[in-house]
Amino acid sequence: MAWWQNIPLFLILCPLVCGVVCSVLKGKAIRIMMAGMTLLECVGMGILLRYTAEGNISFVFAMGETGAPFGNELRAGSTEALIGLAFSLVLLLSVTGGDSSLKEDVAGKRLNLYGAMIGLLTAAMAAIVFTNDLFTAYVFIEISTLSSCALISATNRGKALFSSARYMVMNLLGSGLFLLGLSMLYALTGQLLFPQLGTAVRNLMASGSYPVPMYLSFLLMTMGLCIKSALYPFHTWLPDAYSNSTAVSGALLSSLVSKMYIFLMIKIALRAALEEAFILRIGDILFVYAAIGTVIGSVHAIRQHRLSRMIAYSSVAQIACVYLGISIGGTEGITAALFYILAHSAAKSTLFLTAHKLRQVSGGADGLEDLRGAANRNHLAGLAFLTGACSLTGIPGLGGFAAKLYLAQAGIARGGWRMSVLLGLLALSTVLNVAYMLRASLILYSREDKIPSESPHRHDPLFAVTMIIQIGLNLFLGLCGNTVMQLFRSGLTLFI
Amino acid sequence: MHGKETKHDAFARLREWLENGDQTLDREMEEGLYDEAAPQEPAADDREFITTRRKRSAVTKKNNRREKHQNIRESGRAYADAWWYRLAAAAVCISLIGLMLYAAMQMPQFGNADTLVGHETTAFYVTHTMEETGAVNIVTGIILDYRGFDTLGESHVLFVAVSTVLLLLSIRGEKDERELLAENIRQQCLEPDNDLILQGGARILLPLVLIFGLYIILNGHLSPGGGFSGGAVLGAGLILYQNAFGYERTERFFTYRTFRMVSVASLLFYATAKGYHFLTGANHMESGIPKGTAGAILSGGLLLPLNIAVGCVVTCTMYALYTMFRKGAF
Repeated sequence: MAWWQNIPLFLILCPLVCGVVCSVLKGKAIRIMMAGMTLLECVGMGILLRYTAEGNISFVFAMGETGAPFGNELRAGSTEALIGLAFSLVLLLSVTGGDSSLKEDVAGKRLNLYGAMIGLLTAAMAAIVFTNDLFTAYVFIEISTLSSCALISATNRGKALFSSARYMVMNLLGSGLFLLGLSMLYALTGQLLFPQLGTAVRNLMASGSYPVPMYLSFLLMTMGLCIKSALYPFHTWLPDAYSNSTAVSGALLSSLVSKMYIFLMIKIALRAALEEAFILRIGDILFVYAAIGTVIGSVHAIRQHRLSRMIAYSSVAQIACVYLGISIGGTEGITAALFYILAHSAAKSTLFLTAHKLRQVSGGADGLEDLRGAANRNHLAGLAFLTGACSLTGIPGLGGFAAKLYLAQAGIARGGWRMSVLLGLLALSTVLNVAYMLRASLILYSREDKIPSESPHRHDPLFAVTMIIQIGLNLFLGLCGNTVMQLFRSGLTLFI
Repeated sequence: MHGKETKHDAFARLREWLENGDQTLDREMEEGLYDEAAPQEPAADDREFITTRRKRSAVTKKNNRREKHQNIRESGRAYADAWWYRLAAAAVCISLIGLMLYAAMQMPQFGNADTLVGHETTAFYVTHTMEETGAVNIVTGIILDYRGFDTLGESHVLFVAVSTVLLLLSIRGEKDERELLAENIRQQCLEPDNDLILQGGARILLPLVLIFGLYIILNGHLSPGGGFSGGAVLGAGLILYQNAFGYERTERFFTYRTFRMVSVASLLFYATAKGYHFLTGANHMESGIPKGTAGAILSGGLLLPLNIAVGCVVTCTMYALYTMFRKGAF
């Protein structure tokens, strides 16, 4: 076994250990630990991506002497490494870019616990990305649910507590449904590792036994993950949770937590034979929900008066778009969904971080009207916001455009009624996106005579560097989209 | 208006919310919990002045938006109160229950050899666990060795849970002297009475409970038990001690610092030990950890130390959660 094949294990263990250590640290050491840990994660994912993409390999890492189907197992290939790299970058950039928001919102005594939660969330992300075992996925879903709940409530605002309670209830419902489905599937097949599970499901399907429990278990797992990733009818927890928490938490929740559940769903669909067996029926349900969600999310976003809530509602629409890709299915659909995840993560974390900065330079108010002219007060934040907004809208040259393009291509490849609906939806959602993003950008860039006195324009080099990287990422995804897509396409054949 | 003492008491606040309907909740949500918690409570007329000023500025500033927000909230509430909404919720629940029952009836029968699926895994565990892990108790062998990664995650779930509760309870921020004094008085009220019956019972029971807990943990790889169950027993023992003899005597040997250090050290040990095991196992290297003779107390390689680590984490978590919810702090 090559040395780099041990990397996935360390990518899970290191943040786990760092998180626990963080809880007993004090002061500046916590910040350094958080940044160092996420940076390490990025470097590790980068090395892994290099080797897996170079040799185009996917390998299995047995956790212990005994391999599958008796012991736990990790599996990594270029798809996992690329998604993991994107998630770790989001983590790193959120932690560095939102440093000032942490100083403001999370008081000193709580920062160590906040750091611990970031560490555990990182570990959960890596574990969900790499695991080849359904139950391990569930364990780390638990960790990510609890830690993201803590991340929301770490802010000292009453609303944050209220929204984290709501987040908790809805997400526990999602976890519960997932666990129910998982245990039913385990009772039917006696397997938890994806390859064996897939074989067992295919055998049962071929013999035609237990159709109802099997369908129900997949349905429950899918619904559980849909609730947790805020697909349209289950999205009600999302806007409050994203907009009332601190900027770092908002960026992490929208760009990482919900996306990681979607990645898990793709994994289950491809590896545990969900696709062959049920993509027609469950895929149709998802398609309908996602189609409604794309429109409703944007309409809600237009109606918002607070910038962060507007961005949060736009997440509902964008997540629905990712689900459109999944429900179209096939290599084209799945790769388009994966690319959409990357593009949206890059754009949304930029938006959340800049929205906080713009609010900070405008005296702390979050209403769109209070932010009039905010972009003139901090040019870099304004520029980064504009980049993120343009990317989400789908301006050519930025990640969002490429994502929508690939999604449309996937729809055309699939053909049929889905193609027409998808193309119509993409056009409609672009128009709606323009409606709210243009309004926000115009307000941010409009001329304002009175500058709030209590807003000293603080120089924040860390934020500046982060924003430049964020802008660069959005541009990279837009300009080099084909390279990334090529990686996904070649990686996906090994992923299954 | 509620008074100072009740305001910072979580239960009193909850009661307030329940009794005064949603007004308090709405107000707190609008204003944020901290804005009002000024270190020095102003006198009555001062307070009145401040409130009126705050109200006026709020009204002039965001009148329209707030009204709109209020309307949306109220319409939302009316929506949730409507009979058809409740009926629909009940219908969804009942149909889900029906669906689940129907599916459960079609599931393979539990414990029936003919319907046993995936039995090669089960058979493997039964035949190989003792030889490969050195554990007589197969369950321990499975959860700490074959599926040790899941258990590693589970023990961190406990850590996350405690940390989240700590985070939520510390959310009130720094307290000034008056608040600390009030807190002390309140804690004295919460302090358990010197109940003779409880103390007498605890004196007899505690040694048994603690020894039994330790036995479950240390013998986990040989007989039913292990870190999770033994830790729960030990934690219950500590809670009993605290109830019978009070915080002061418990804090002679178990403070916040002890709790932090023990749980962090156990988790770190667990993660490093397991990481070493995974690494050597996956690379097919010799781990150098002796398995010992199955059945002896010092056997099973890493299982015994891991059980002790899990036991420590569970004990600390149980006790910490109880104390935090009882006192509102550790």
